[in-house]
Amino acid sequence: MSSAPVRFGVVVFPGSNCDADSYHAISTFTDTSVQYLWHKDTDLKGVQAVILPGGFSYGDYLRCGAIARFSPIMQSVIDFAENGGLVMGICNGFQTLVEAGLLPGGLIRNTGLKFVCRYVNLRVETIATPFTSACQTGELLRIVVKHNEGNYTVDPETFARMQADDQIVLRYVNAAGDQDEGANPNGALDDIAGVCNAARNVFGMMPHPENSVEAGLAGGADGRKLFQSIIDTVLRAAEVTA
Amino acid sequence: MNVRVYVTPKKGILDPQGAAVERSLPNLGFTGVSGVQIGKIIDLTITGDGLTAAAAHEQVDDMCRRLLANPIIEDYTFEISEG
Repeated sequence: MSSAPVRFGVVVFPGSNCDADSYHAISTFTDTSVQYLWHKDTDLKGVQAVILPGGFSYGDYLRCGAIARFSPIMQSVIDFAENGGLVMGICNGFQTLVEAGLLPGGLIRNTGLKFVCRYVNLRVETIATPFTSACQTGELLRIVVKHNEGNYTVDPETFARMQADDQIVLRYVNAAGDQDEGANPNGALDDIAGVCNAARNVFGMMPHPENSVEAGLAGGADGRKLFQSIIDTVLRAAEVTA
Repeated sequence: MNVRVYVTPKKGILDPQGAAVERSLPNLGFTGVSGVQIGKIIDLTITGDGLTAAAAHEQVDDMCRRLLANPIIEDYTFEISEG
């Protein structure tokens, strides 16, 4: 069994502000290494998983993630994703992935027209992804959202295909684990909080698991399982090829 | 050539800003208003030796599809005038 650490890269765009949190979250695991990937670079430096962090890349000008999507590093991330590489976008990272066309749908203004910053309960809808494999189906994760454009929308045909292909990964639910209008912070279609692509190697979510990796601190540790899933997936792949 | 691009929320997708404005208009006595949508206008100028109207049209359409609008959530139209 390989003991080499799982190599993560965290992309840094101008205006990213959760890059250091993501870096820190990954470094709380013992079997990882992590480095920053600068937006003007094109070299992914041999990383095995890419995190697109939260923030306000390029000032959120035009649309959230619209300018970031054309940065030099994103051309490499798109190639990496198209070759099966693991890519996780958190908040602004999710917005960047939909702008890049790596994930279906779009993210528009919250229906309440307000920036929301609060805890949400997420229900894990599928564990058949490299990002949720360490969870249980139906498990609830309590982590934070902090965004103004998290209202997920997608056309009905694509939505039907996403449901058939099990691409809805996380939903906002109430404390009992049920869908409930009051539990949805932004008006997202069918309470969608996170989705993956059809190939399942690209995942985006609005909430911030990187702020929930340390038990005993305010954020709790419910976000750990998502990072653990990526680590497990990479280590399992290494075992197969070893 | 002068170009004006209009970007609006895609038909069929709820526009939260438009909905909020629509709900406030009756308070001012404007009844019977519906379909309020809030978008944006992008003005730009294109120059080029021998640039034809057709070529400019093609360029602007391409920039709209790839950057100025997100066709998944937005519709766009544009006007081109000699200037």
